[in-house]
Amino acid sequence: MSNLKSILEDRILILDGAMGTMLQNYAFEEKDFRGKRFADFPVSLQGNNDLLSLTQPQAIKEIHAKYFEAGADIVETNTFSSTSIAMADYQMENLVYELNYESAKLAKEVAELFTAKETQKPRFVAGSIGPTNKTASLSPDVNDPGFRAITFDRLVEAYSEQTEALLDGGVDILLVETIFDTLNAKAALFAIEAVKESRKLDIPVMVSGTITDASGRTLSGQTAEAFLISLSHVDLLSVGFNCALGADQLMPYVERLSRNKDAYISVHPNAGLPNAFGAYDQTPETMKDMIRPYFEKNLVNIIGGCCGTGPEHIRQIAELTSTFSPRKHVV
Amino acid sequence: MSEKYLKLSGLEPLVVKPNTNFVNVGERTNVTGSRKFLRLIEEDNFTAALEVAREQVINGAQIIDVNMDEGMIDGVEAMTRFLNLLQAEPDIARVPIMIDSSKWEIIEAGLKVVQGKCVVNSISLKEGEETFIHQAKTIKRYGAAVIIMAFDETGQADTLDRRIEICKRSYDLLVDQVGFPPQDIIFDPNIFPVATGMEEHLTNAVDFFKSTKWIRQNLPYANVSGGVSNVSFSFRGNNTVREAMHSAFLYHAIQHGMTMGIVNPTMLEIYSDIPKKLLSYVEDVLLNRRSDATERLLNYAEEVKGSRKVKSKDDLSWRSQSLQERITHALVRGIDAFIEEDVEAARLDVERPIQVIEGHLMNGMNVVGDLFGSGKMFLPQVVKSARVMKKAVAYLLPFIEEEKDGKQEYAGRILLATVKGDVHDIGKNIVGVVLGCNNYEIIDLGVMVPPEKIIQTAIEKQVDVIGLSGLITPSLDEMVFVANELERVHSAVPLLIGGATTSRAHTAVKIDPAYGQSVVHVNDASRAVTVVGQLLQNDACDKYQKSVKEDYAAFRENFAKRKEHKTFVSLSEAREQKFTIDWKEYHPVVPQQLGIQCIEDQDLSVLVDYIDWSPFFRSWDLHGKYPNILTDKVVGEQAVSLFEDAQTLLSQIIEGKWLKAKAVFGLFPANSNDEDDIEIYANEDRKETMHRFVCLRQQGKKAKAKPYYALSDFIAPKGNDDYVGCFCVSTGFGTRELADHYEENNDMYNSILVKALADRLAEAFAEYLHKQVRTTYWGYAPEEELSNESLILEKYRGIRPAPGYPACPDHLEKNTIWDLLDVSNAIGVTLTESLAMWPAASVSGYYFAHPEARYFGLGKITEDQLLDYSKRRNISIDEATKWLRPNLND
Repeated sequence: MSNLKSILEDRILILDGAMGTMLQNYAFEEKDFRGKRFADFPVSLQGNNDLLSLTQPQAIKEIHAKYFEAGADIVETNTFSSTSIAMADYQMENLVYELNYESAKLAKEVAELFTAKETQKPRFVAGSIGPTNKTASLSPDVNDPGFRAITFDRLVEAYSEQTEALLDGGVDILLVETIFDTLNAKAALFAIEAVKESRKLDIPVMVSGTITDASGRTLSGQTAEAFLISLSHVDLLSVGFNCALGADQLMPYVERLSRNKDAYISVHPNAGLPNAFGAYDQTPETMKDMIRPYFEKNLVNIIGGCCGTGPEHIRQIAELTSTFSPRKHVV
Repeated sequence: MSEKYLKLSGLEPLVVKPNTNFVNVGERTNVTGSRKFLRLIEEDNFTAALEVAREQVINGAQIIDVNMDEGMIDGVEAMTRFLNLLQAEPDIARVPIMIDSSKWEIIEAGLKVVQGKCVVNSISLKEGEETFIHQAKTIKRYGAAVIIMAFDETGQADTLDRRIEICKRSYDLLVDQVGFPPQDIIFDPNIFPVATGMEEHLTNAVDFFKSTKWIRQNLPYANVSGGVSNVSFSFRGNNTVREAMHSAFLYHAIQHGMTMGIVNPTMLEIYSDIPKKLLSYVEDVLLNRRSDATERLLNYAEEVKGSRKVKSKDDLSWRSQSLQERITHALVRGIDAFIEEDVEAARLDVERPIQVIEGHLMNGMNVVGDLFGSGKMFLPQVVKSARVMKKAVAYLLPFIEEEKDGKQEYAGRILLATVKGDVHDIGKNIVGVVLGCNNYEIIDLGVMVPPEKIIQTAIEKQVDVIGLSGLITPSLDEMVFVANELERVHSAVPLLIGGATTSRAHTAVKIDPAYGQSVVHVNDASRAVTVVGQLLQNDACDKYQKSVKEDYAAFRENFAKRKEHKTFVSLSEAREQKFTIDWKEYHPVVPQQLGIQCIEDQDLSVLVDYIDWSPFFRSWDLHGKYPNILTDKVVGEQAVSLFEDAQTLLSQIIEGKWLKAKAVFGLFPANSNDEDDIEIYANEDRKETMHRFVCLRQQGKKAKAKPYYALSDFIAPKGNDDYVGCFCVSTGFGTRELADHYEENNDMYNSILVKALADRLAEAFAEYLHKQVRTTYWGYAPEEELSNESLILEKYRGIRPAPGYPACPDHLEKNTIWDLLDVSNAIGVTLTESLAMWPAASVSGYYFAHPEARYFGLGKITEDQLLDYSKRRNISIDEATKWLRPNLND
């Protein structure tokens, strides 16, 4: 952790870009998702991107390598949906440990390769902990607002399992991201704190929320400040925002966050807003231009990309950082 | 850490800074403290229980305390369910929750369902250090602040020393062993009753004050709270004394450093309002200043028992409240006298001027929004609130502009426009104001807005909702056109439809199918807020939008079924059964002066008596007939206040001659022909037809022997002498300038008021001129003497129907009137491409003098009349279809 912190004092760290967008280029089909091992699995597996860590590990490693080549300091494991809650869609709850463990190992292998080549620029792996597909403080049924599809205890259980496996696989950081319901994130942090205590381990934790639209609130209705306060009980390496919006739309909320002096600030925006076909068409150049003011205003310490971004986006952003100093952060 | 303030959150943050006023915790959602709430929970009436919570937030609670500790209730279940339901109510869930229980499992159940940072109320050393530390650690892991009771293994602290001892020990354990953030610790050093007659209770209040001060000085960053009503326990039943005592206690406790507490705001007198004598007696007791203090207060209490205070109208006591309360009060009451002064004070209090808008002012406007939403405020009040808000924002603007990125955050961006060809905007402006009050950013494109401008602005400004308004029927087509255009550019923005001529039916049948996104008909301003809220809510908007689409689709289906039942007669049948008058027996009065006459500058004061006020109230969403509305139970008070404001402005308008009223009218020899036209002749020899009024005839099947009306039925056919008149009056000259002037001064209230008054004056002028025509200019009823009431009831002879209204929905007739009277040159009233009159406060129409002339509704017509009409009008069928569409049976 101290290593990471001293680097953060020195320069802006680069997080990778999207995994899903990159995987689309491979155009994997059902049989590719299944591989040999799951050839006879009873449900369709196409779209279970996290499973590719087991069935197409070479592709996942290639993507990690591309981001490192582009200049990323940190890549995220391919585990966004690797909880027993999200994997229930594919009847793969019992594979959760393996998915997280193997994904962490893959990323770590690639990171070590790059660190060995370039010792002055150590590479890190962040264990990606997604929001799951259920919300703890919203009812999925409009007619029954008191109903909850998931409980805090169940979330803690699922997140504990994921955290343990990611740590066993060797991640350097835990990244609780794309938080659209703060209560889900509180459960993740509850689990992480418990695991840290029982392992007597001090691993840096990043959290990254998602402002859903121009209302400036999370899906569960909190303002950026309320979101931050709700998670302020944990000693965090960084807080930030990702997904849903492009760099330009996210800026005002990051500015708010940036006034908080207790943690480093991260942001990994989408490549703009999706077009009519759900695709992102913001070019690396455009995104770079939108990111530039973040640096000019000294708002961030960690920057990367979310949906729609690729290695070229990351390369352009990484090149840009070299001329700017990181946001000053006083603890 | 750089700033160690207690920070809590619901959907919104609550930061307790050193300069924060006392944080007031709502106490009514507590089964141990409120019998009503207990009953509701026992009866499983969680809906009403939520209302208790909502009411507290409306009344200013910044945190709400929730307690389910009752033997007969499953506390874990009730806490979970209540808080889950509460999360679904954004106006309640915006404030932080205080989870109040003496049972650990209930506390933990509460912590598991709230996303914001809560306060746990409470834990203590009662069961020893081990339990205390475990609970504190768990609370920290859930991310909540905690109230620590001054209680330990040996009991509750009841002296100053014991309070200090227990608080110090608790603090050290929390900070040193648990690593609990000190700013998240809130001590409750026990508020006990005073004036009980017992020696050991004499210092109860003083000890609380002193221990509060000690905590604030010796336990860094910790806060102090307490339940205030305990202190006056011995005066139950005597609210005058209790309220004074609470207020005096709070005053001193806050001076000593108390930061938050459970207070019933309705049981609190304003400190500066406490009668001097009572205050000194109460303070003698609280501060233990003299040995006979208790006895003196008890005696005094006997005297004042039951006496109630009356608040005077110009009560300025609210000026002594906290800054936020003053600003909220000013916004809720629409008082702008002090707002700049208060906003300046607020500005000096915050880091950045924008925070005054986002904080103080939005807090106040949220109260306004909630009161309006729950029907406790009415439209005119809200518009006045908006005036105060605008004034405040205008004051802050220069300061905000000095900063680069001072941008206000809105709940959404709404584009409003009166569509091309239409000039009416009162309703649209009210909707804008009301939505603005609910923190939406309003982009108002004004009147006569072409569709391309609407679409371009919607895209450029990334608006969240588009609202289209229109009053005249051609605007309906224009709205369909805009919907089509929006669809063409793949817009994803929901569309609101409003205005007098719009309807749910037209929206469902014509506009909704043209557009893939939600289209919602909104008939009044208060509904606009709900609809926009639902359209934009993060979690359920898709579902809502889908349900709206489905509703309208179902409506269309029913509509299609229903119209099959309606039958029509052919135009020729209808003409055969026209309304017949025995013209041989009718001797028309020859107008005193034939031809065209102008009134250049009508004295407005004459028109006042002719005003029909009921529609005026209706334009403000206040429903009821004038004058009864002024004494109406629900809206009476508001109606009176609005009426007073209207009278004031009206006399200013009249005295200052701020509006100019003009009229042109003409009376002509005329006859009807067999094709439902009225031919207007240049002179009495009736040879040269100058113009023709093209009338439309009813075709909806009627009972046998009932006539099918057309306006031409009221004019004698050729071979008889008869006359017809037409007119245009306007009181709109100067309206726009005056309204603009108010808007520049951020006074939307008076801007809307002036337009509404101009409309009323125009109608009054039409009424007045009609009377002058009947009694003088035409002179067919020289003896007529009618009260205004009778005028409104139209008890006079003759009618003055207007093109665009039910008897004559064809707006093209206005072109004829304009040609005939040369209206544009004569008085300067012009017609837009949709044939709306400009200025908007104008009325035009015809005069029919026959005693049997009557108003009727044309209803739907069929294709044969459309063809016949297009020939008579000499326009293409397409064009005829365009103008008559609302009346075509399709």
